[in-house]
Amino acid sequence: MLVSIYRYNPEKDDAPYMQDYEIDLPEGKDLMVLDVLNLLKAQDPSISYRRSCREGVCGSDGMNMSGKNGLACITPVSEAVKKGKLILRPLPGLPVVRDLVVDMGQFYKQYEKIRPFLINDAPAPAIERLQSPEEREKLDGLYECILCACCSTACPSFWWNPDKFVGPSGLLQAYRFLADSRDTATQERLSDLDDPFSVFRCHGIMNCVNVCPKGLNPTKAIGNIRTMLLQRAT
Amino acid sequence: MVTQITSFGRSGLYDWMMQRVSALVLSFYTVFIIGYLLLNPDLTYDQWSGLFEATWMRIFSLMVLLSIGIHSWIGLWSISTDYIKATGPRFFFQSLCGLAMFVYVVWGVQVIWGL
Repeated sequence: MLVSIYRYNPEKDDAPYMQDYEIDLPEGKDLMVLDVLNLLKAQDPSISYRRSCREGVCGSDGMNMSGKNGLACITPVSEAVKKGKLILRPLPGLPVVRDLVVDMGQFYKQYEKIRPFLINDAPAPAIERLQSPEEREKLDGLYECILCACCSTACPSFWWNPDKFVGPSGLLQAYRFLADSRDTATQERLSDLDDPFSVFRCHGIMNCVNVCPKGLNPTKAIGNIRTMLLQRAT
Repeated sequence: MVTQITSFGRSGLYDWMMQRVSALVLSFYTVFIIGYLLLNPDLTYDQWSGLFEATWMRIFSLMVLLSIGIHSWIGLWSISTDYIKATGPRFFFQSLCGLAMFVYVVWGVQVIWGL
């Protein structure tokens, strides 16, 4: 199989380029894209990429596989190959450090902005802050995000305004804390989001939903934030 | 929080709501005009000018004119902040759009109110 990989080493290369590799895959086995990368790394040790848990939990190996963002460790080659060729590129929209490794600084900055931690001014109870099963249920589909950045880097609004638009991942997390019955900073959180960029740059094209490797729905969370803002203002 | 003084209402929620409200007004008007033309295949000049002389139609048309101004300002402002990164050209583009919308509204008022 032919694998085309985006190569760029800022210390050596003037510009990025695509490098082709030919690889023999074992018969009757559908490897994951990460396995293919590991095999290629044995062939050419200069190929750089991030990976850690190799089972879709850590979110390190987010990359663009034949045009679609996803985690290399849980994407079967059969799904990623197009016309007999596997094309691997770094996540779009973020600065490339080297080959498939991107600088996630901007992505984390947006995550930091939404204050991803529980804020509660009430004195802490002796044991824990309790939630009813119904209140806890509201966090399902939100807390599972692993911050792999596949969604935000698939979003054109994030490409054009990565410094102003929080992006689908950050907004999913913003709603995770807005929906949490134990959080008391709802009004401040909403005020922080009510500008023309942070939330409202989302035009609902749902690229984020299309690529999320955990099957989450940031567009729905963004809709819920809008509804909360609207309910507060009308 | 991002501060933007050139957006329509300065609040994201306000712009978002106005965009949707103006879109509704525009679609009602479009459906009404198309419906009116279909229901009156032998339309005469007197009938047409009579329609636009009615006060309710003038109010409806003025609402549409203002909606066009608001809707296109919010839309073009979004486009300009997405694609025009240099401040000078972006401000120039926004000024041009603002001027065009103002001209359309004043001109439109002149036409429908027969001033």
